[in-house]
Amino acid sequence: MTDTETFYAELQAFAGIEVGKPMFGPDLVNAPMIRHWCEAMGDGLAIYIDAEAAAASAHGGIVAPPTMLQAWVMRGLEGLKGRPDSPYSDLLNKLDAAGFSSVVAVNCDQEYERYLRPGDALSMRTTIESVSAEKKTGLGVGHFVTSRQSYYDQHNELVGSMVFRILKFRPPAPSTGVPAGASSRPKRPRPTPTDDGTFFFEAAKVHKLMVQRCADCGYYQYPPHVACQQCQSYSVVPTEVSGKGEIYSFVVTHYPQVPSFHYPLSVALIQLDEGPRMISNIVGTDPSELAIGMGVMVSFVDCDDELTLPMFTVVNR
Amino acid sequence: MIAERIVATTRSFESVGVGDELPPLVLPMTRTFILATAIASRDYFEGHHDPDIAIRKGSKDIFMNILTTNGLVGRFVTDWAGPDAFLKRVSIRLGAPNYPGDTMTITGKVTGKDDAGATVDVELVGANSMGNHVTGTVRVRLPRAPDEAGAEVVP
Repeated sequence: MTDTETFYAELQAFAGIEVGKPMFGPDLVNAPMIRHWCEAMGDGLAIYIDAEAAAASAHGGIVAPPTMLQAWVMRGLEGLKGRPDSPYSDLLNKLDAAGFSSVVAVNCDQEYERYLRPGDALSMRTTIESVSAEKKTGLGVGHFVTSRQSYYDQHNELVGSMVFRILKFRPPAPSTGVPAGASSRPKRPRPTPTDDGTFFFEAAKVHKLMVQRCADCGYYQYPPHVACQQCQSYSVVPTEVSGKGEIYSFVVTHYPQVPSFHYPLSVALIQLDEGPRMISNIVGTDPSELAIGMGVMVSFVDCDDELTLPMFTVVNR
Repeated sequence: MIAERIVATTRSFESVGVGDELPPLVLPMTRTFILATAIASRDYFEGHHDPDIAIRKGSKDIFMNILTTNGLVGRFVTDWAGPDAFLKRVSIRLGAPNYPGDTMTITGKVTGKDDAGATVDVELVGANSMGNHVTGTVRVRLPRAPDEAGAEVVP
């Protein structure tokens, strides 16, 4: 078994088990909370707020909006004090510890057996229905966790249920730190080196920044060419440069997002001190803080086992 | 604004047809709205009221909570259906968050009718400037039209 398979097997131990004690609504279903909900939602349906109209309706009296189901057992400020002691919390904690620390709700399906009325006393039981295998998603690698909440009244009769699916995923690395989390995303696209340009990528592997220099006139040029762009000499020689320069121009890409890159992505045109300009990424600085003219220094980023690329970090000059 | 959308009498099962479009519901996402709905649903998660904490947790700003998505989707259908309708199921898929300053517009239409239970399925989309906040289906039971003798048939 791989580590992933072992972890998945451990997660499966949670599937199908009921979670802890039932939770009880702190308040009976009541008209003031219904009215407050309707006011906030802008819901003016008479059966929720007008006793007379509600009595004349098919509902026979004030009822709570059925979509309010979950609200009756919400933990309120208690919910901020952390997860309650339960297998569901254990499962989430286990996913957190494995790096799947971010959460996003994916689906919510509610079914209503009957409308609730003031005076109803609600309780809720939760079952973990399933935990998926590790999945690649647009947000990152993660596991889908599906739980079912069943709501009962004071007579222990089912009044409604909810199936809730979340994705627990590994958050993308912050845009300022390229290598972190790199293993969780697809590899960067491979360069296709030409005969003229292979030296550039070979040099990067040993953390050297090299461009061509003309042996006859001394002109530095990048990207590589067969001949010197100034004097047409064929004696263009790969030569190491200082790696110092400044931001000539830049853009920050937010969209569309290619999975192998971190966003927002700073793409800059670097004016090297030796003369040529080079397109690369700026790393280590929040994109919102970049400005034209900032001094930069080359910094080699090992994207994966096969690929090292020169990128640039902002420096004081 | 509310009164214009809400129908005072309930649509009968017979009166609606597959393909009928519901009146759109346009919802400006003010900070007040996001906060008021979160508190009304007893959801004190900081991401729904504290911009500093929301941003620190990786969000752009505070964002509307899911209980409110359910509430608004229900309202979208009952505003159209009327007071004697019964919501049976709200099934939603969540997408782009609702941030302050954005506007969500819910549109939808009748996509199915089940004669046995007098239920109607409404498929809906709640879209904002970033895409779909919510897509889903709501099943609602409608009263049957009065029969020839004039008596309403109890569903």
